[in-house]
Amino acid sequence: MSSTFDKVADIIVETCDIPRENIKPESHAINDLEIDSLDFLDIAFAIDKTFGIKLPLEQWTQEVNEGKATTDQYFVLKNLSEQIDKLVAAKGA
Amino acid sequence: MQLEYFQMIDRVVEIDVGARRIRAVCTVPQQSTVFDGHFPSYPLMPGVLLIECMAQTTGWLVSVLGGFAAMPILVGVKDAKFRSPVFPGSLLEFEGHVQHEGSGYAVGECAGRHDGKVVCEADLMYRIMPYPTPQFRQVLFDWAERIDIAVKEFAK
Repeated sequence: MSSTFDKVADIIVETCDIPRENIKPESHAINDLEIDSLDFLDIAFAIDKTFGIKLPLEQWTQEVNEGKATTDQYFVLKNLSEQIDKLVAAKGA
Repeated sequence: MQLEYFQMIDRVVEIDVGARRIRAVCTVPQQSTVFDGHFPSYPLMPGVLLIECMAQTTGWLVSVLGGFAAMPILVGVKDAKFRSPVFPGSLLEFEGHVQHEGSGYAVGECAGRHDGKVVCEADLMYRIMPYPTPQFRQVLFDWAERIDIAVKEFAK
């Protein structure tokens, strides 16, 4: 069974045409992979569908804009995968 | 339908919130300056304006589902297909569906029919944005009411 990170990486390959070998757990979706906000919506849609969740993008954006969080917390892929796992766990609770 | 003013939908005839579906109708005008260029002596509804019809139809549904709290902005069109030419005077029916309401975005689809036959279809993505001004919010409310959307019923 593939990990959350592997599934996210596959989604990025599929939606953004980025070579799989360039996508690492430490990669920052925006700063390293240069995924823009519009392409990230496609990724968010695929993640929402795949995991049956709703990524709280508006809340994350607000937290970053207000200085309460960094983009690393949500857009470094290992952190994004952790956030997805939490949302999946909360859904099943 | 007033092509020059992007008033693409004449009337919304059905909204099913539970099924996340909408149906809207419009008649392509016989006369429009658009047809002066598209095309001289052979007036034909431009495909880009059929996309606008689909974007507005499903966009109104996104607004309804969100209680008119914010406005959908078209940010993506995929797999747009134009299956038959559409001529002045055609009565069109559009059926839109919202597949997914994400956080700050929505994904849907729409198809347009003429005489029951699909003439166009597309997948659509919207970003959900705050209204730029209260005045513009009112403009959209008035617009929605003109095409028979019961704004007061849906607005949060």
